[in-house]
Amino acid sequence: MAQVTLSGIRKVYPNGFQALTTTSFDIPDGEFTVLVGPSGCGKSTLLRMVAGLEDITEGELRIGDRVVNDVDPADRDIAMVFQNYALYPHMTVRKNIAYGLKNRGTSAEDIAKKVAQASDMLGLDDYLDRKPSQLSGGQRQRVAMGRAIVRDPALFLFDEPLSNLDAKLRNQMRIEIKALQRRLGVTSIYVTHDQVEAMTMADRIIVMNGGKVEQIGTPAEVYHAPASTFVASFMGAPPMNLVPAHAVAGMVRFAKTSLAVETHTDGPVTMGIRPEDLIPDTSGPLPFDVQIIEELGAHRLLHGVVGDEKLTVHVGKDTDVGTGPVPLSVKPGAISLFHHETGTRL
Amino acid sequence: MKRAGFTTAWLPILLLVPQLIIIAVFFYWPAAHAIQSSFYLQDPFGFGSTFVGWENYTHLFSNSEYLRIAGFTVIFTILVTFLSLGLALLLAVKADKVIRGAHSYRTLLMWVYAVAPPVAGFIGLIMFDQSWGPLTEFAQMLGWDFTLGVTYFDTATAMVVVSVWKQVPVNFIFFLSGLQSIPKSVREAALIDNRSASGRFWDVTFPLLAPTAFFLLIINITYSLFDTFGVVDTLVKGEPGNNPMTLVYKVYVDGFRGNDLGGSSAQSVILMVLVLALTVFQFRMVERRIHYT
Repeated sequence: MAQVTLSGIRKVYPNGFQALTTTSFDIPDGEFTVLVGPSGCGKSTLLRMVAGLEDITEGELRIGDRVVNDVDPADRDIAMVFQNYALYPHMTVRKNIAYGLKNRGTSAEDIAKKVAQASDMLGLDDYLDRKPSQLSGGQRQRVAMGRAIVRDPALFLFDEPLSNLDAKLRNQMRIEIKALQRRLGVTSIYVTHDQVEAMTMADRIIVMNGGKVEQIGTPAEVYHAPASTFVASFMGAPPMNLVPAHAVAGMVRFAKTSLAVETHTDGPVTMGIRPEDLIPDTSGPLPFDVQIIEELGAHRLLHGVVGDEKLTVHVGKDTDVGTGPVPLSVKPGAISLFHHETGTRL
Repeated sequence: MKRAGFTTAWLPILLLVPQLIIIAVFFYWPAAHAIQSSFYLQDPFGFGSTFVGWENYTHLFSNSEYLRIAGFTVIFTILVTFLSLGLALLLAVKADKVIRGAHSYRTLLMWVYAVAPPVAGFIGLIMFDQSWGPLTEFAQMLGWDFTLGVTYFDTATAMVVVSVWKQVPVNFIFFLSGLQSIPKSVREAALIDNRSASGRFWDVTFPLLAPTAFFLLIINITYSLFDTFGVVDTLVKGEPGNNPMTLVYKVYVDGFRGNDLGGSSAQSVILMVLVLALTVFQFRMVERRIHYT
């Protein structure tokens, strides 16, 4: 168990491509941090640098009190779970789980005990003598988890571990991984491109884009107060509605309507409103014209326009609406304003 | 799903005929002929032959020269196979670190494979030339008076060196692509699990390379036994004398030099059985191989 500190970490590949701009942040002891972003945003590179699988071009990386820039992956006291599980195909499940321990000089008795504990925890008891090829995707993922937890490392690293599983299994494993991490209390860094995974699992989310960190915050902070239009549109499904508007002295004008905002700014802005913060209301100020209704069972998504701007509205299953004009009101305090060019939060 | 099939029985047979003819003419017929003549003693001038039963075979196994050559062949095969596999593996492991994905470079490395065995033998002949061969000079520098074609041991050394040299590129290419097909993440997982590079190699890389290595083992045994004929022939310059030779070369020497067609045929049959055994062994092992991934 340890705190992870990144100070001015930067990654430039030999071909000159900068995969990660200078980045600094801490991960407190025992925290589950999720790195999320689109593919190519540098999140995997960052994780692999922490693991020691990529060199660090610049900056200092600490795990616990130790600077580990030049420490071998095997000596960093980390365990990693890979996207395609990376099990040793020629070894049985038992040997896969035990391999890391064996190489660290753990006694045979201790290994047997730890493997038994891990397999019990993960429900792998019946599979210990099988080869990975005889296991399902979910079982392989559990073996990969087992391989990580027997080591009792200071830090868990997860590289999109659930993206090869089907949706149902993914939801289940999500909860299992989270519960396991809670129970073991090991500091964890989890990389994913799936914002739902990030929202549901993280103590803290680090949103990345184009090799730089866009925002660091709790899931609630990231969701309700996105630091940029990128974060606003990346986190949340459907994404935040982003429309051009004009701010004047505590008000923002959009579609001939003035809405009160807490941010005091003047001039053109990008206004962001979450779909669930728009409420059908017969006396509402926004003239919304519903064109398509997506029925999702527990709730509905109304897709339509206000003036020329497309909006999506999230309503409960009991809300009785049809296509055509539906006036909307905005939940108080739900409007985010962003700089109209840079996209940063105002 | 409907299986694709022929409407008449004749068409498939017709399509198979050319291949069957080739096999029959170039394999079954000569093989049958060899088996037949191995039971006869031929007149050297071709005037007739006498049925002698197993005598050609029993003669071989009581012939100390034949047994000596068989012994040499075994040692030669083991040396060539393991040296060329070992060297190739070493080179492949080193190269793998540097040239991940550099296909054109790999193709260039393959070129030595295109050298025909007699040409390889000829190059060896130059390298080991008595008066100015660079390898002879090198041996002399080490105080070894190397005399190719005169000293048994020296000729044998040259045979092994040239045969290994000729075979290393093929093995190298197979090992390299075997190495490169090992998933990157598996190697990385090993990197985290084991700090020792040699430990990682023997625990993870080598077992995953085993199917390739086994295939190459069989290929190399066959190569050492049979395809080195050209190398041997060039290096002994058609003058077996006191020089070492392999079983295949002995077949040629006895049959075409000694005109002992019966004895030579018996030797071929023995080699045929050997190859058959090797093939059966290979298929058995391949069947039993676990399919990874």
